[in-house]
Formats: sequence, C-alpha cells, structure tokens
Amino acid sequence: MATSYTDPAVWGVIAVIGALTYAIRLSFIALFGRLDEIPPRLERALRYVPAAVLAALVAPAFVTLQAETGLAVDKLVAGGFAGAVAWRTENVFATMAAGMVTLWVVRFLVLPAL
Amino acid sequence: MNSADFRRGVRDVSPLLLGVAPFGLVAGIAAVNAGLDLSQALGMSVVVFAGASQLAALDLLGSDAPLAVVVVTAVVINLRMVMYSASIAPYLRDLSARWKGGLAYLLTDQAYALSIASYRSERSVDRKSYYLGVAATLWAVWQLATVAGVVLGTGVPDAWGLEFAVPLVFLALLVPAMEDGPTVVAALVSGTVAVAGAGLPLNLGLLVGASVAIPIGLVAERRMDVVESDGH
Repeated sequence: MATSYTDPAVWGVIAVIGALTYAIRLSFIALFGRLDEIPPRLERALRYVPAAVLAALVAPAFVTLQAETGLAVDKLVAGGFAGAVAWRTENVFATMAAGMVTLWVVRFLVLPAL
Repeated sequence: MNSADFRRGVRDVSPLLLGVAPFGLVAGIAAVNAGLDLSQALGMSVVVFAGASQLAALDLLGSDAPLAVVVVTAVVINLRMVMYSASIAPYLRDLSARWKGGLAYLLTDQAYALSIASYRSERSVDRKSYYLGVAATLWAVWQLATVAGVVLGTGVPDAWGLEFAVPLVFLALLVPAMEDGPTVVAALVSGTVAVAGAGLPLNLGLLVGASVAIPIGLVAERRMDVVESDGH
C-alpha cells in the first residue's frame, strides 16, 4: 500500500528516525569514561528487545485474516516452512528463498487446483 | 589507517554480504510498495542505515500509521544497538571524537559482531581500520542493494507478493534471537499479542506486543533461574 503522507512528512520521519538511531549508536561510544556500563536492570531488559520486536513483526504477517476467504493459507504455510528452514540454517537468504517459493507454489499451483 | 587490517575487515565481512544484499534488496522493494521514490528510498538507507527498523517504518508508512507510531516503532527496534555501543566503547576510547562519531554512524549488528570478535582475539589489530573495512563495506552494499530493490520492485507484478519477503527477513533474524528459554517465552507472548492486536487502532500491535513481552521475559528469566538452581 502506498502512503498518503506528503514528501516533506516522509523526509521528516526519515530524519527523526535517523537522528534518534544515531544517538543510540553513539551513546556509550561517546560517553565512555563518564558512564562506563549500562545499568544492569536496563541491560537485562534490552536482552529481550530483539526477540520481542521481531516476533511482533513476524507473527501478524503469517497469521492474517482476509475478508472473503478467512485465514490466508498461503502465507501461513510459507511462513511455517520458512520457519523450519530458518531454524535449521539460520541463513537469511535460504529463509527468504524457501518462504517465497512456498508462497508462490501454494498461491499459484496448489490453491487454484483445490 | 592500516590498509592490511582494513582489507582483513573487508575479507571477513564478505561471506555475510550474501545475507545483507537480499535484505537491502527487500528494503528497496518495500520502499517502492510504501510509495517512496528512489531518492527517499536511498535517503532512508543512508540516513537511518538500519534494515529492520527501515522495513518496519516502511510497512507502517504504507498503511498510513500516525507518524509518532512510525518513529517510536523504528527507534524501539534499534534500541538493541545501545548494547553494542556499550560493549564496543572501551575498545574505541582512544580514538578522536571525529572517529568515534563516524564509526558510531556505521554501527550495525554485523559490524559489531565481527569487530568485537577481532578485538577480543589475541591478534593485535588496528581497531579503526578493521572496523572501517567491515562497516564501510556493509554500508556500500546496503546502498547498492537498496537501489537495485527499488528498480526491481517497480517491475514485478503485485500478485507475486514480494512484500512477503519482509517478514521472512525478520524471521531469519528472530530465530537466532530466541537464544534461551526466557527469550523464547518473550517471542511467543509478543507474537501472540501482535496477532490478536492486529486490528488495534494506530497500528499499535507491535508496540503493545513488545511492551507486554519484555516484562514477561524478565519474569520468566527469574522463574527459570529458580527452577535451575533448585535442580542442583
């Protein structure tokens, strides 16, 4: 879906995300000496950020409801197979290839034949 | 600058480019799908230079989420880099402020992982040269792949569902992030909440999922520790 935001709004979002991300990257590299370590409680919480955020991005893309047909079977099957490949290989390219090919096979070959 | 150490960085990062290039390609495709033009797509890759947050921001922009939600979601995804910054800071402390500022801009998952491994090994290395060899290579490949993705994304029919490559990239990053019991619990909780909350207003599903899952992960960590120490 294409955004309805104007060009200045898109550039503004890019600039703000970029500035805040740079501040995150620079934080301890710049402050080292004045602030040597992350507070332990914060460090423990940060450990969960990647798993929590990535799961929240992945799950709704694989389990999606469509208006006419209900559950999107092609995405669910492709996501499940790609998950198995990701678990076995931990390889970005293999995971993408497995998921996309499965999606196309189910969408263009299997579902129309049912 | 030590050119041998710079080249060593380039050599060490080369195998990782096989994963980074398709990821960048997807970032370009996602930008086209979200309605960005080439300059905005490349601008985002240069200014933000953090793939997962770019993809999430593009997804939200495409569905016209409020701009504050777009920004907060992207920044939350990048919070993990606080850990990298803190972990690598002692090794970079003798550099000038200008070098620190430049190297910080290039800090990524891969640049962090390779550099810290090299600094901790016994071999002596010129730290900034090695880091630059790794990180600048990643940067260049990321920008080229973004442009290629924009070109490709413009030419492929919608029915192919190329945007599905985006969650597949996240999936490949998620699996290694589920490194132990508590992180698996956090991922399951977050994914479930995000699916249940897919219809939430303002596209808040991700932020709600993550903010519920992180405290639950911490609780699970405490419980699993208890169970483990009981067993001994």
